Amino acid sequence: MPKMQLQAKLVNIEQLKNDIFKFSVEAKEIVKISKPGQFIEIRVTDQVEPFLRRPISIYNMDKENGILEFIFQVKGKGTEILSKKQVGDLVDIIGPLGYGTFDYSKYQNLAIIGGGIGIFPLYELAKEAKNNNKNVNTYLGFRNKEFVVLEKEFEEVSDELCLATDDGSYGKNGFAINFLKEDIEKGKIDSIYACGPLPMLRAVKDLAVQNNIPCQVSLEERMGCGIGVCLGCSVKVAKSPIDNPQYVGVCKAGPVFDATYVDF
Amino acid sequence: MNTEIDFAGIKMKNPVTVASGTFGYGREFAEFYDLSKLGAVITKGTSLKPRNGNRPSRVCETPAGMLNSIGLQNPGVEYFAQNDLPFLRKFDTKIIVNACGNTIEDYVELCRILNNLEIDAVELNLSCPNVCAGCMAFGTTYEGVKEVTSAVRKVLDKPLIVKLTPNVTDITLTAKGAEDAGADGISAINTLLGMKIDIEKRKPVLANNTGGLSGPAIKPVAVRMVYQIAKAVKIPVMGLGGIVNGDDAVEFMLAGAKAVSIGAGNFIDPYVAPKTIEGIEDYLERHNINDVNDIIGKVEMN
Repeated sequence: MPKMQLQAKLVNIEQLKNDIFKFSVEAKEIVKISKPGQFIEIRVTDQVEPFLRRPISIYNMDKENGILEFIFQVKGKGTEILSKKQVGDLVDIIGPLGYGTFDYSKYQNLAIIGGGIGIFPLYELAKEAKNNNKNVNTYLGFRNKEFVVLEKEFEEVSDELCLATDDGSYGKNGFAINFLKEDIEKGKIDSIYACGPLPMLRAVKDLAVQNNIPCQVSLEERMGCGIGVCLGCSVKVAKSPIDNPQYVGVCKAGPVFDATYVDF
Repeated sequence: MNTEIDFAGIKMKNPVTVASGTFGYGREFAEFYDLSKLGAVITKGTSLKPRNGNRPSRVCETPAGMLNSIGLQNPGVEYFAQNDLPFLRKFDTKIIVNACGNTIEDYVELCRILNNLEIDAVELNLSCPNVCAGCMAFGTTYEGVKEVTSAVRKVLDKPLIVKLTPNVTDITLTAKGAEDAGADGISAINTLLGMKIDIEKRKPVLANNTGGLSGPAIKPVAVRMVYQIAKAVKIPVMGLGGIVNGDDAVEFMLAGAKAVSIGAGNFIDPYVAPKTIEGIEDYLERHNINDVNDIIGKVEMN
């Protein structure tokens, strides 16, 4: 799968929350070949500080107009600089990255579950799956009402959307996984796709294993290069022996993995 | 304009190589540009047997640089010979294998195998700060460097480059150890041992606690050490440490490096190596210099 570096023109900025931005950039060559679950690496400056690129998941690919959209939360120096960009500015991106992508082709009744800012890479998956006539059940969990984003967008690409908050201040009361569990018990689900905080991902994996349902998770790890050469963003292969642990790169073998393949 | 150099018997079309551990075995970068543009490719540190590497987290960003503690994860020399070498051989560039081991016997056995492969040179890694045994254990004293280098020299007919660690009091001593043992060249520097602490968790960010610092943050240290080594030994020096453009490369060459190597810079700009070659050519043109060899060691000290 080819990857490329582009100076992508920023054509739209939407501020979803105080610290969460949606950028739309012209990246025809990248969206043409991207798959759900892939990510891009952004260099936020042409100087050497901050040094590394920032890995950011792809939110939406408008293949018709060649527009790539990504959403990020301002968390540190790099994302702070990125958030200051203006419409018309160029964004230095490398993509599409990651060979491990969401694969729903063999299944019909999909459960897509995300928590907090982990929901962003799930949108393209839901959209594409729905376009392919899959039955898309989406479960989104947020801490409380203040953190809820993209409700309308996910509603449009889901057959059923279950939005929950931990404190019940918006949508259903409780963790999103509780509602997924109910639907599994009703026999509505034949595959699961998850992205979000690690405790959520672990719980989803356990639920999937208990019910013998195939499950893919999208993982995060600190990255050096993002293209598979530095071997920095490693995750342990679950079945490798404790005294001889083997690793695979999140940026190359992932970021989407079969939940039972890796330890997380 | 001549950009060709002869580094330790390796005829390179230009002085620019890519540093071990930052370029894999070339495949990922071949998606961006023709590797034939490079003077040489230095492979990922390769050992006799496969190595799984250290547990994560293995990398983190630091001011103008990064720390890594990969732990020499690599598929081993046999896998390299069967799978990666045939790929690299498709390009018109020199192939230098970075060789690492735990014991002298490891290094010797590995180099015995490498001697029979279609590669152009071996870079002996005596300087990885991230593994307990071997590597830096040998690399910090004159005697240690001389002992391993001599042992390897006996089985290796190809050009032998010794990569030195900066984590020493006087790098000219280890450089002399390599020279006295018959090495054909030196490369310097490997990473500087560092640590980053997550102040919220009160724990080091890297699982291995410490790691090797690279990137522009270490460039002044590297330039100084290359200068010292070039003055102290007669064999050529390959300079590396924080190079991200042609100006940086020229700085190393003025300090005495005959060739340069680009490391962490590959992570931020996949085209950094070809751009560095162009940058060197621009410098030569601006200064009406016809041969890149004419800038080597031409710094005029105050």
